Amino acid sequence: MCTTCGCSGDRSDAVLTVLASGERVSLMPVLDPKPRLVNVHAHHAHAHDQGPAELIELERRVLATNDRLAERNRAWLAGREVLALNLMSSPGSGKTTLLERTLAAWDGPCGVLEGDQETTRDADRIRATGTPVVQVNTGKGCHLEADMVWQGLQRLQPPSGAVLFVENVGNLVCPALFDLGEEARVVLFSVTEGEDKPEKYPHMFRGADLVLLTKVDLLPHLDFDVDASLRALHTVNPRVPVLQISARTGEGMEAWVTWIRAQRAQASHGWSAAQEPSRRPLGGPR
Amino acid sequence: MHELSITRNIVSIVAGEAAGRPVKRVHLTIGRLSGVDVAAIAFCFPLVAEGTAVAGAELVVHRVEGRGRCEGCRKELPLDELVGVCPCERREPMAITAGEELLVRSMEL
Repeated sequence: MCTTCGCSGDRSDAVLTVLASGERVSLMPVLDPKPRLVNVHAHHAHAHDQGPAELIELERRVLATNDRLAERNRAWLAGREVLALNLMSSPGSGKTTLLERTLAAWDGPCGVLEGDQETTRDADRIRATGTPVVQVNTGKGCHLEADMVWQGLQRLQPPSGAVLFVENVGNLVCPALFDLGEEARVVLFSVTEGEDKPEKYPHMFRGADLVLLTKVDLLPHLDFDVDASLRALHTVNPRVPVLQISARTGEGMEAWVTWIRAQRAQASHGWSAAQEPSRRPLGGPR
Repeated sequence: MHELSITRNIVSIVAGEAAGRPVKRVHLTIGRLSGVDVAAIAFCFPLVAEGTAVAGAELVVHRVEGRGRCEGCRKELPLDELVGVCPCERREPMAITAGEELLVRSMEL
């Protein structure tokens, strides 16, 4: 058990690696307020001897701490005019390859925060492009949380006007619930997956601001029905824009880069107009 | 399994409020559309609570049924899934009005 906060220590194996310096930092969960330790033996000796229970109303949102930390990230990013995109998908749908091609095509400053359970393999690939990158290894964790992104931002220190790509842990379930402070959520959906993926994982696709249908160069070799996949997607999220893309052939890359530019332009109105960036409801269609 | 980190947050909130006093029972409100598996939380709870003021506490989960409102006909209907389409002409998912709750409702000392 972790003696700092009383948690079971399950995230003490989460590690952040700064690729440029090789610095490795252990990430502890941020809990607010921190649970206080009691003497377990004393508790068991007396807990059942007490009189009628005292009921205390709390009505506290379980993820309030993560949401507050995400808001801090959002304000920090807005203050530096950094556009943060949260890239999510199943494992193997092509997030890292897409990033490699995107970084080559983007002419401004960029930073990448990589999330994986283990290894710095993806971050190594990003580093090879010359882009500053920090790897978060979540250990047993299945998603990135706002405080991990905060820790990553402090080490990355993206310059003003940069685009920050956050590559979440490959998972269509858990990352959907955790706001990281991003400007937009980009969900990748590869044509080697089933057409009904959006209906199977509605939380993820419902919260998407853009869906990239990836690996479309493989379509001639597959039975994948693009129209059926778009119908499934639009059942879950009727107005989400979709781009068909192949990082391998470059098809659709220009439209994707144009979308990022448009996001930058749109976000910059908010950065200059308001000191307090507005909070979007989590997980809902936007 | 995001329920592990959700459970850690639950224990953190309750233990903070309990301020060292042993907790007998924790009441949660979990909507059916919240994307959270109650069985997984029940599994994680005693493990996460161990060694805190919440250790040994009983977990009581209050479920909230899903409801959605059609933006077309303005009707509110029960919703079993995150995406529900109203039987009226408007073929678009209803706006969720209930069922996404994820709250620590109360605790008993």
